[in-house]
Amino acid sequence: MSQETAPSPTADRASGHATGAMREAVVELVDVHKSFGQLEVLKGISMTSHVGDVTAIIGASGSGKSTLLRCINMLEIPSSGTVRVHGEEIGLRRNGHGESEIADRRQIQRIRTRLGMVFQSFNLWQHMTLRDNVIEVPIHVLGRKRDEAIRDADALLERVGLFEKRDTFPAYLSGGQQQRAAIARALAINPDVMLFDEPTSALDPELVGEVLTVIRDLASEGRTMILVTHEMSFAREVANRVIFLHQGLVEEEGEPNAIFNHPKSERLQRFIGSIR
Amino acid sequence: MTRTEPLETEPGLAELARPATRGRSWWQPHRIVLLVVSVALVMLAAATMRWDWLVEYWPQILIGVWRSVWLLVLSIVLGFLMAVPLGLAQVAGPRILALPARGFCTLIRGTPLLLQLWLLYFGVGSLFPTIPAIRQSFLWDYLRQAWPYALFTLTISFAGYEGEVMRGAFAGVPHGELEAGRAYGMSPFKLLRRIWLPRAFFRALPTLGGEIIMQLKSTPLAATITVVDVYGVIAQVRQDTYLVYAPLLFLAGIYMALTGILVLLVRVVESRVPIRGV
Repeated sequence: MSQETAPSPTADRASGHATGAMREAVVELVDVHKSFGQLEVLKGISMTSHVGDVTAIIGASGSGKSTLLRCINMLEIPSSGTVRVHGEEIGLRRNGHGESEIADRRQIQRIRTRLGMVFQSFNLWQHMTLRDNVIEVPIHVLGRKRDEAIRDADALLERVGLFEKRDTFPAYLSGGQQQRAAIARALAINPDVMLFDEPTSALDPELVGEVLTVIRDLASEGRTMILVTHEMSFAREVANRVIFLHQGLVEEEGEPNAIFNHPKSERLQRFIGSIR
Repeated sequence: MTRTEPLETEPGLAELARPATRGRSWWQPHRIVLLVVSVALVMLAAATMRWDWLVEYWPQILIGVWRSVWLLVLSIVLGFLMAVPLGLAQVAGPRILALPARGFCTLIRGTPLLLQLWLLYFGVGSLFPTIPAIRQSFLWDYLRQAWPYALFTLTISFAGYEGEVMRGAFAGVPHGELEAGRAYGMSPFKLLRRIWLPRAFFRALPTLGGEIIMQLKSTPLAATITVVDVYGVIAQVRQDTYLVYAPLLFLAGIYMALTGILVLLVRVVESRVPIRGV
């Protein structure tokens, strides 16, 4: 198993969130469509996320936000369109029924190890302690040495404030703690991009803050992130790009200030009005 | 309510997790009564029944127990190894695998073990000698003995029941945990080995423990096809001595003791399961 070293985003960090065109594209989607049976959820979406970008995807329920995010790591396979990660196109082909499928499983497995996914419902492995959750992929997928993986895992758990809980099983932890552990698990593969799928939607209101603090911390160190969220004030605070989806299409995109303070489209105006 | 005690004397989580009987003596009144009753029963049986046959048959009984135990252990291990693919095929396999797996489990669970045993031993087993190729092969050494038929039947029986248990256990592992494995680049095989199978196994463990104890009590059927397990030895004792109750009571005691050991073993394994109630 080849272990790709993530290009450090630190170089770009200095320039802050400058114009995207100058920086390397990490994730590119071109005309991505996705249908579930008759229902077309994504109707041709193109977006690019550059190194250091924090992209927030917003929109009403059912607008296709989560599906879009899950198309990046092929948890949902686009019906058509192209997904590139660091310029490498994920190979898709049609099976006998005309459905889209992964052409090369090894390729997608390799690419997935560069994408750190954080799920709405945490999805920690319940039969492993927090530390075992964090070292699982580094050891068993990336083939790293156990003592190194443990050292890194402890540092990451320390960082998300769960070092003392490292030998605890997920079932004994609050949702906020589980989600912070899930973020540590994602960070353990040193991903090129962090993908957050509504990371606070399953949490009790009083637990949302601790998770947002961790994500904010990651944003401030310049990590590339794509974030599907309902937390508008948070999106506005940490994102440098906001994409507003409406019925499977990008209705409007731009800087947070433009999106939230000067929305152009009527639908976005209504959406922002409805959540205020 | 005012708190007068300092916080340090509050019971910690570790103490709360221990059984409530901590610190109390094992000698509870109900236990003492039960002990006295059982000792009295044993004494009564010892005093009023004939046990002299034990001296003569003791070595055979030990061999019989040994046969019962390895029939149990081997059929459980081999049966479970079959149950994993049987369960998996029904949950995730293509139809061409799922349907035969379901058919196998239905067939095994839908017919008496005794019938399966007799069909294989008296039916299939009587066909083999008519095939010269088999008589000349190394298999013949096994196929002309009875124990392979007993082991085989007990194995497929355990596989049939546990295949169904594993089907439920595999299906019950939360989809999100599998998706997480996939999202981090695990191959299907690695996902099965690291996440799906251990997770399903831990879920199934309480059920498996009970089924293992049931399986012990299926092993005496082997005696019906001339495998002399502990039941077979006791049946011989009864024929030789014309005693009715003493050998059977002794047999009951042996199975009780074996069951007790199994219960303890299952409990030890279960206490090592990393999670409970999930």
